[in-house]
Amino acid sequence: MDTVVQILSWILLLGGAVFLLIGAIGVLRFPDFYTRLHAVSVCDTLGAGLVLVGLMLQGGFSLVTVKLLLIFYFMMFSGPTAVHALAQAALRSKLKPLVDDPDSR
Amino acid sequence: MHDVIHDLLGHYNYWIVIILMMTGFYTVIARPNLVKKIIGLFIFQTSVFILFISMAKIEGGTAPIIEEGLSVYSNPLPHVLILTAIVVSLATTALGLALVVRIHDAYGTSNEDDIHVQDEAD
Amino acid sequence: MEHLIDIVLLGLLMITGFAIVRMKSLLAVAMLTSIYSLLSALLFVVLDAVDVALTEAAIGAGISTILMLATVTLTRDEEEAPRHTPLLPLAVVTVTGAALIYGTLDMPHYGDPAAPVHQHVASTYLHDTPGEIGVPNVVTSVLASYRGYDTLGEVTVIFTAGAGVLALLGYRTRRRNIQTRKLVVLRVIAKLFFPLILLFALYVLFHGDFGPGGGFQAGVIFATGFILYALAFGLGNAQRVIPHPLLRIMAAVGVLMYAAVGIEGILLGGKFLEYGVLADDPVTGQHLGIMLIELGVGITVAAVMLIIYYSFVSRRD
Repeated sequence: MDTVVQILSWILLLGGAVFLLIGAIGVLRFPDFYTRLHAVSVCDTLGAGLVLVGLMLQGGFSLVTVKLLLIFYFMMFSGPTAVHALAQAALRSKLKPLVDDPDSR
Repeated sequence: MHDVIHDLLGHYNYWIVIILMMTGFYTVIARPNLVKKIIGLFIFQTSVFILFISMAKIEGGTAPIIEEGLSVYSNPLPHVLILTAIVVSLATTALGLALVVRIHDAYGTSNEDDIHVQDEAD
Repeated sequence: MEHLIDIVLLGLLMITGFAIVRMKSLLAVAMLTSIYSLLSALLFVVLDAVDVALTEAAIGAGISTILMLATVTLTRDEEEAPRHTPLLPLAVVTVTGAALIYGTLDMPHYGDPAAPVHQHVASTYLHDTPGEIGVPNVVTSVLASYRGYDTLGEVTVIFTAGAGVLALLGYRTRRRNIQTRKLVVLRVIAKLFFPLILLFALYVLFHGDFGPGGGFQAGVIFATGFILYALAFGLGNAQRVIPHPLLRIMAAVGVLMYAAVGIEGILLGGKFLEYGVLADDPVTGQHLGIMLIELGVGITVAAVMLIIYYSFVSRRD
């Protein structure tokens, strides 16, 4: 039972790290501000969430797990809100998204 | 040779901190924008904090919170000094930035070269 | 393994430092400074300085970034090219750096338990804290009790900074509010988190005896809750929630509370800031004294952070 929990926690931690890496690569490679924002939002929230759940499994039934649960709840709410605020601010300052140009195909 | 490696492992922390310190110092003296200067001062101060805290660490120690079963704790005294220093750095940054805002209102620019030109023209 | 994390974090710090020097856009530089503070907070955790990490994360990555952003929006947000050659500054910096590196060759090795800094007073503090003060967090016991006089000076420094910013920038009452239509998501989330942030600040304040925490971190987190509210709902609404005269009174009350605990010690027959005489049992007296002064510190820090924020932001019209 203990080994199963350890293996599951390792899988979640590594999966979270992989998603964070994918998010970082997305930020570097995507062409436009809005697409980069989308990469950060989805991948970072998911990656941070997986890392936190993996740490919760390592913590077992203790106060540490409750604190990690609160941090998880906070990140799930504040991550997408921050990105939403960024996108709103960019739209408000007239940054146009990159649209596909059918003539250049 | 073994001595040199041993020295390197023992001191690399301090050397990187000195590089950070010099980065902050360079920003303060070489960049003309006043806000950049204050940010350079902030980098300088933070690098000094890292120097003190890395002097306080003991190999194999843990955070200085007394718990059953742990016997080696990192030195708490530099932690206390740096706690004070962080708060003082915030006070300095806040006052410095307030001064920059007032200078910008008075001279119309926050570039040190333009301010010198305006002062000499008076 | 720990050395590897150390080296990676220090490397990232160096890269961020160089990027801050080279970047022209000051908004990006403010964001990079926030990243720099967060990385140093991570480094402090790796170096076992958990109290310092919490303070650096709250102050460096929180308040300092907001102040820098406010300043950049009040002045220009692009840096011009320097007009003098950078050769003389580079030479000065290189010579100073070389001298400092030569000076560190004599320093004790990183992590050495026999270094001079760990002898003398620090082992006494670690040894005596469970018996004399009864508080697990040794940093809090040293900060609040053994070196309580220094912390009184520190609170006065924060108060002076608040008074200084108020004298420099003044303060204007805002009545106009920003439009409501497009900020629904931010407003709902801000309302959701505002009480939780304040509760967490109180938790950090009173739990500073048992884990990382204390008055300074708690005051900054408390102020951050109100700053979040002000960002989402506008400065006019925030001033109706916590008006400026109340903040001025709060800033003074915190410092007065701290000094009053000290004078109470004299009135009860002990010395200035001696907590042992505050209750029947010296250890209980220490607990009471530490709790009261941390409360005073938290009140002053929260009030001064908000005063500084109001002064900066009310200048935009």
